Amino acid sequence: MDSCNCIEPQWPPDDLLMKYQYISDFFIALAYFSIPLELIYFVKKSAVFPYRWVLVQFGAFIVLCGATHLINLWTFTMHSRTVAMVMTTAKVFTAVVSCVTALMLVHIIPDLLSVKTRELFLKNKAAELDREMGLIRTQEETGRHVRMLTHEIRSTLDRHTILKTTLVELGRTLALEECALWMPTRTGLELQLSYTLHQQNPVGYTVPIHHPMINQVFSSSHVVKISPNCPVARIRPAGKYMPGEVVAVRVPLLHLSNFQINDWPELSTKRYALMVLMLPSDSARQWHVHELELVEVVADQVAVALSHAAILEESMRARDLLMEQNVALDLARREAETAIRARNDFLAVMNHEMRTPMHAIIALSSLLQETELTPEQRLMVETILKSSNLLATLINDVLDLSRLEDGSLQLDLGTFNLYAVFREVLNLIKPIASVKKLHVSLNMAPELPEYAIGDEKRLMQTILNVVGNAVKFSKDGSILISAFVAKAELLRDSRTPEFFPVPGDNHFYLRVQVKDSGIGVSPQDIPKLFTKFAQTQSTAIRNSGGSGLGLAICKRFVNLMEGHIWIESEGLGKGCTAIFMVKLGIPERLNESKLAFMPKVPPNLGPAAFPGLKVLVMDENGVSRMVTKGLLVHLGCDVTMVSSSEECLRVVSHEHKVVFMDVCVSGMDGYEIAIRIQEKFTKRHERPIIVALTGNTDKVTKEKLMRVGMGGLILKPVSLDKMRSVLSDLLEHRVLFEAV
Amino acid sequence: MDVVNQLQRQFIDNSASLHREGFLDDQFTQLQKLQDENSPDFVVEVASLFFEDCEKLINNMSRALEQQQGVDFKQVDASVHQLKGSSSSIGAVRVKNICVAFRSFCEAQNREGCLRCLQQVTHEYSLLKNKLQTLFRLEKQILAAGGSIPGVE
Repeated sequence: MDSCNCIEPQWPPDDLLMKYQYISDFFIALAYFSIPLELIYFVKKSAVFPYRWVLVQFGAFIVLCGATHLINLWTFTMHSRTVAMVMTTAKVFTAVVSCVTALMLVHIIPDLLSVKTRELFLKNKAAELDREMGLIRTQEETGRHVRMLTHEIRSTLDRHTILKTTLVELGRTLALEECALWMPTRTGLELQLSYTLHQQNPVGYTVPIHHPMINQVFSSSHVVKISPNCPVARIRPAGKYMPGEVVAVRVPLLHLSNFQINDWPELSTKRYALMVLMLPSDSARQWHVHELELVEVVADQVAVALSHAAILEESMRARDLLMEQNVALDLARREAETAIRARNDFLAVMNHEMRTPMHAIIALSSLLQETELTPEQRLMVETILKSSNLLATLINDVLDLSRLEDGSLQLDLGTFNLYAVFREVLNLIKPIASVKKLHVSLNMAPELPEYAIGDEKRLMQTILNVVGNAVKFSKDGSILISAFVAKAELLRDSRTPEFFPVPGDNHFYLRVQVKDSGIGVSPQDIPKLFTKFAQTQSTAIRNSGGSGLGLAICKRFVNLMEGHIWIESEGLGKGCTAIFMVKLGIPERLNESKLAFMPKVPPNLGPAAFPGLKVLVMDENGVSRMVTKGLLVHLGCDVTMVSSSEECLRVVSHEHKVVFMDVCVSGMDGYEIAIRIQEKFTKRHERPIIVALTGNTDKVTKEKLMRVGMGGLILKPVSLDKMRSVLSDLLEHRVLFEAV
Repeated sequence: MDVVNQLQRQFIDNSASLHREGFLDDQFTQLQKLQDENSPDFVVEVASLFFEDCEKLINNMSRALEQQQGVDFKQVDASVHQLKGSSSSIGAVRVKNICVAFRSFCEAQNREGCLRCLQQVTHEYSLLKNKLQTLFRLEKQILAAGGSIPGVE
């Protein structure tokens, strides 16, 4: 091969192909190198790419491929063995890496694919969550609406406001077209349109309650979708378009009388109102679940608020009623007071105005009786006197009775001679009885005490009245008056179970029985006997006169004396027995200075002021002892003398009313004795009054006396008058301070 | 009758002089008022008791005051106190007054003074006793004669 020297060897024609191959290889190599670079660049840019190792491998694979192709470039021309070696090495490496990569990819590609599916899944989830978020937000908003609604509803106790507010708020929250409330009428047979949001229809429009759709709503506690054609829903004028969806819910109306603490009233007795809600027409809106729940909640709240309002109305009404009643009662009380005052005034006037002339008449007639009179005149005067006495008695009786009823009458308690009272009654009644030829006998039990404490005048009045009645209603026969002390077992009378007299130490029950053989009383009239002004129908009684007040007054007196009075009779014509028991006190000591009764007293010494008063005189000095005794004996006291303090303490008893003590004694200090005596008698009324006799009245002595509780102090020597006045002061006041 | 009148007049004079001379005071009159049917001899009884008491007390006092070693003034004082009480009860004014002085001497523990008082007391007491006994005799005589004791003013 000679090379020509003329022209460069030209590429053989198949060198064109080689050229293209050459170029292509070059570009391929370029691409092969740039791809990994790009990959690396972008992967580096992205934060997340899980398969780095795969990337490396892949990159290596690509790079080697590129290297192979690059090295191929040199193989187009004559190349040395080195190039061939490099080529071969590159190819070998490439083969290895490619196979490894291929193998790896078998594992990796499914993973890569699944990544994709996961991504899809996550996207779906995200979409779902978005949806739910939307829902929750809506619900929360609904909840807010409910709270606001409830707040609005509950912020007032006025029924109308509650309902109006409900409708308004609901309409606003749910963007309703119309909202209406149907209330049951009084009869319960119809539903009346009571409130609407937009006031399009006349209120008062009624619908019968027994519509199947309405029943359906009433029987379910949830919101029920109803057809827009239902009568309750037809409250808007028919529009051109499709009406929106309508729902209805029942609103329970709780009556106060249905309230029970632990259980709700029966469904059958419940009354319901109907709330109808309409979505705007043409809005293609649907009722969502949360909106329905909102409506249910609101309906419940409304029910509660309505019941509260009902309770409030009720209590307001009750309060108004009470106030009215109060006013009425006040008026009635004032009227009653006026009436009482008027009556009292009347009585006071009657008392005075009527009694004055009466007294004049009686007094002058009595005086007239004393003068010289012809028999006819005497008879006339006697009649006048008798009639005026009767009239005076009547006036007194009426006055007494009204005072008794007022409760203003009080007994005048005093000590009196019981036997004397009965004798007096007997004396008063004997003349009349003898005229009627009635025999009166008095039987007093021996154990009756001679003296008793009570209201003598009224007791006599009672006995006189009872005996008088006996005489009045008897035409003939006898009258037996018996009086005795009521025994314990007889006190409990089966006829008078509510009367439980208890005999005690210082009182007894006097039982008086007046038995007559007169006209008697029929059993059915007996209860009426003690009522005022009541008279039995019998003509015989009517003829006897009397105002019918006597027994009523007696009963009042007997009650005041803590006793009981009753009448027994076997019937008309069989006589009757009047029995009463009264409580009288037993006088403690007959030697009380309050007694009017005088013991035997030597007449020339004047009245002994202190008959039988037991006193104790303690004085060491014989002479002064004797003198003091003389003084006291002269005043009628029963004197015990002791000469020493020990003897004094020994002898002193609860019978001694006064102890005269000389306080300047040796031995025990007089004051000490006083203290000892007071200790001896714990009961106040048993304690004797201690009086100090002393020749010494300085302040110290007086203070000592006061401290010790002595009744007083007398300066020796004592005169008779001084002693007398001292004793009377002491007994009256129980204390005297100083008598000089 | 004459005798009675005379006796009565004597009685009145005696009583009056006793009062006038300060032997007796109003208290004695009171005692006389206490004399009545129930206690006809009241005054006499009281007086006798007084005399007995006096004698006893005076003896006690003289014995106590004669003690050379140490006079028990307390005892003397007690006796004087008693005497004072008795005399004021009966109305023996002079005796009482002396007793008052006596007491102050006792408190001062003045033996001389006490002895002097004792002497005075004894003297007064005897005087009074005599006069009262005269009076009582007169009373008896009047009563025996059938008269009545005139009320003393």
